[in-house]
Amino acid sequence: MLAFIIQRLLQSILVMLTVGFIAFSLFNFVGDPVSLMLPPEATQADRDEVRKSLGLDQPFYVQFGTFLGNAVQGNFGISLRLGRPVSQLLVERLPATLELAMTAAVFGLLIGIPMGVYTALKRDKWTSKVLLTGSLVGVSLPNFLIGIFLILIFAVWLGWLPSFGRGETTAIGFWTTGFLTTEGLKAIILPAITLGFYPITLIMRLVRAEMLEVLRTDYIKFARARGLTNNAVHFGHALKNTLVPVITITGLQLGAIIAFAIITETVFQWPGMGLLFIQAVQFADIPVMAAYLCLIGFIFVVVNLVVDLLYFAVDPRLRVERSGSGGH
Amino acid sequence: MTTPLLEVKNLRVQFPTRRGLLTAVDDISLTIAPGEVLGVVGESGAGKSLTGAAIIGLLEPPGRIASGEILLNGRRIDNLPPDEFRKIRGREIGAIFQDPLTSLNPLYTVGRQITETILTHLDVTPAQAKQRAIDLLNEVGIPAADKRIDHYPHQFSGGMRQRVVISLALAAQPKLIIADEPTTALDVSIQAQIITLLKKLCREHGTSVMLVTHDMGVIAETADRVAVMYAGRIAEIGPVAEVIHNPQHPYTVGLMGAIPNLGEEVERLTQIDGSMPRLNAIPTGCAFNPRCTRKGEVGVRCTTERPNLLNAGNTQAACWLYSDTGTTNTTNTPQSVAA
Repeated sequence: MLAFIIQRLLQSILVMLTVGFIAFSLFNFVGDPVSLMLPPEATQADRDEVRKSLGLDQPFYVQFGTFLGNAVQGNFGISLRLGRPVSQLLVERLPATLELAMTAAVFGLLIGIPMGVYTALKRDKWTSKVLLTGSLVGVSLPNFLIGIFLILIFAVWLGWLPSFGRGETTAIGFWTTGFLTTEGLKAIILPAITLGFYPITLIMRLVRAEMLEVLRTDYIKFARARGLTNNAVHFGHALKNTLVPVITITGLQLGAIIAFAIITETVFQWPGMGLLFIQAVQFADIPVMAAYLCLIGFIFVVVNLVVDLLYFAVDPRLRVERSGSGGH
Repeated sequence: MTTPLLEVKNLRVQFPTRRGLLTAVDDISLTIAPGEVLGVVGESGAGKSLTGAAIIGLLEPPGRIASGEILLNGRRIDNLPPDEFRKIRGREIGAIFQDPLTSLNPLYTVGRQITETILTHLDVTPAQAKQRAIDLLNEVGIPAADKRIDHYPHQFSGGMRQRVVISLALAAQPKLIIADEPTTALDVSIQAQIITLLKKLCREHGTSVMLVTHDMGVIAETADRVAVMYAGRIAEIGPVAEVIHNPQHPYTVGLMGAIPNLGEEVERLTQIDGSMPRLNAIPTGCAFNPRCTRKGEVGVRCTTERPNLLNAGNTQAACWLYSDTGTTNTTNTPQSVAA
């Protein structure tokens, strides 16, 4: 178990080094930063001096080493667009994105799992068929479209919920939360549904397929033959056996939700990292883009690590038989 | 004669399919007395497992009981609402399935699965249930039961797992156990142990067993009476020694003749020519008639009219050969020989 965790940690470090390298290369691909920073009329001497002061005259690997050293300390330089430290910008935006992503993930689980169980147990009911057909829409509609529909219905026609922004937020230390005010709660509903729509339908279809599979197994038949109640059979025995794939997909989805919150944040003008990133792209604000890339990479790595550990919690067979193999 | 523990009357199990209704179990009647072991043998597809599934109310849709009655202690159970039937399963009728490797939920300790069963059916505290679970594991011969109770199924060998399954079937002290091929998936050396154990436990607890198998050896060793099934019907039923040593129905005769004798050197094993008809192509008259070697002795009746169980020697056989030797038993109900 410990060996497995260490192995996974080493893999994670490797992944982060690769991500860091890609982020670092961004600086070189987009052109000479010196010419971006200096006015066109600057002399060659000015350029050389700036180049030297920024360390850009050093060999490539020294520059990469410096970049990594800074990155580990959370120092990604200064935003070209806003003129403020990138880490500061990200820390300001992080709570908004994480709150949105977590709410969407919670929606995905709290709505997706019960709907999956329902459609598996009552597979011949018309409600299940409606849900299943509906889920196809959810899987195939792009989420900016869902966002715009939701805005049209709930913000424009009905006027129940705000169409943009985060509402009123409360600061707790460096963390700003929208969960403590009614306005903030109202503001998160539409974006969270938009972002959670795909995970909801995905988890529902996954749980349904897994449940149908598990319900056919001998131990479920035997559990019935032991006279256990339907609830004990369905939720105690069947549902738990569907959890391993559900955890995997939810984990991957959580990473994807955070990374792809960009679109939802743009539609709803949600002041999170995604919006920051989109604005950075439009402005070729490389430090922000590089830092965003590293942060998202880091979140993915952490989520995957947690997913791997959850397997152990759910499935006792892994705790003993586990050897060096990668898992999935 | 005591009242039978289980009485199955004219049970018929059907599967509606696109091509029409298939009758997998056709008009079966049998009884099991308290403490009795009834063996049910037959080829694959003869309907023996389905009969067991119908008795515990676990026929998988679209299969259903089309007609007939199942009585447990004189009380009709086949028409009970699902939740009432559920309370009978485990409590009054236990079940053991073929494959112990897949009968246990891999994610829970065996102790949890046993106590869960006990708590569902008996009015005891969790602590008492746990103690009872340990006692049960001891009883089925699992060493260090108090430690093993916290182990997961994958930490047990196949034979040990089947012991756990038996302890689960016995957890709420049912009066009847339906054992569907309980040893088929096990090593031969383990099979004997499990059968001995099952026999011993049932004798001690006075539990009746319906032992479904295609292994004649298991039947010979365990059963008091045996029912031979063919194409969804009972071909012959009677005391185990009679059926094995003095079979009456031509099918049973062929079946017993096909068991190889260890002492003999033979070029080819004996077999019954042909194979059991498929459910959608059961011949009229006696279902066995196309393969029967003694058809000529009776005449057209074999191919036109279906025989019910008739008294034949010391057993009952569904064969026209015996139509003049005994009285026709029109209800197809075998008389219990246990009396």
